[in-house]
Amino acid sequence: MSETRQQILILHLANSNLESPAVAWALYDGTKGENELQMQTGDSDEPPYASVLAAMRDGWNVIQLPPLPQYPPGQEHLTGNLLYEYVLERKVAVNG
Amino acid sequence: MAKVERRHLLTAEQMARFVSDGFLKLDEIVPKEYNDAAYEEQQKYEGGGGRYWFESSVIREIFELPQVKGIIQSLVGENPGYDHSFLHIVRARHLRGQDYHADSIIDTRPLAFDIQAFYFSHDAPREMGPTLVLPGSHLRRISNGSIARYKNILGQQQLVSKAGTIAFMHHGIWHCAQPNFTDRTRYVFKLRLRPGQEQRNLFNTEGYDSPEVLNIIRGAHRKWQGEEARIEQVQRAKLWRYVCGNDSVDASFERVFSRMGI
Repeated sequence: MSETRQQILILHLANSNLESPAVAWALYDGTKGENELQMQTGDSDEPPYASVLAAMRDGWNVIQLPPLPQYPPGQEHLTGNLLYEYVLERKVAVNG
Repeated sequence: MAKVERRHLLTAEQMARFVSDGFLKLDEIVPKEYNDAAYEEQQKYEGGGGRYWFESSVIREIFELPQVKGIIQSLVGENPGYDHSFLHIVRARHLRGQDYHADSIIDTRPLAFDIQAFYFSHDAPREMGPTLVLPGSHLRRISNGSIARYKNILGQQQLVSKAGTIAFMHHGIWHCAQPNFTDRTRYVFKLRLRPGQEQRNLFNTEGYDSPEVLNIIRGAHRKWQGEEARIEQVQRAKLWRYVCGNDSVDASFERVFSRMGI
């Protein structure tokens, strides 16, 4: 029986629609060793998938949907983290 | 700090780009003889990065050049306060990128800002790892390294520079050092200054309310901002009022300031 490792893909979208364009991306790959480089800041200019839906079609499972933002009075125009953060995972066989 | 001639101040268009993007890169603003001296000195320097400003024989002269002082004066006034500085070094073949972050602590001032000047004494092509910035991220409230899990963001931009270039950045901009794929050490000197006065009317404001300049603020949408782009734009329009010293100029999206009586 083969062993598996988890890969985590974080996609930030333009809005809360899972089909909206990806605007930021990060991959954390559990198949890589301690001394191997993970995805680095600034190492790519285009997202690996156009949207979350496109990643789902390629076998990624969505494990987090972000809650929709609320805008408390007086803070309507404040921004911070990227809002529409989706976390996806897939299991990859590492032997066998 | 003595006043500089008006011709050395930022123009309204340049200031609008700083307010929109969160930084302004002045290519080759420092003459070659200064860059040569600074680069030679940096290669030999064995002190702590935080001491370089005080121990260098040339770096303070560079920041006293009228064309450099004019920009500083335009952003933080005639008597800015020294906050800190550092000679940042990325060794040859250092292949790890730094995490995305914003410097210092969350700033509670609603509109005032510090600046961080990044000076390159030598050519810094992309493969050498000049600083990566996210244009338009400077007004977002994050805590230093809270965004460290982000890796790539649409529109991110490396400060690819020729020797003598200084990038002046709003303190809040998201940025990170980049891997150096070359066999040469990469140096960048960072100087953080805080304003010594209210940051109103400090630049050459001629034309600040012209359609061309207001359109720089109105057109500041970035793809990575997604549906938040309009909210982001409103923050820029507020900052534009502040730096122009005119609390009625309206560069907001669909003129919402006028519509809502803001």
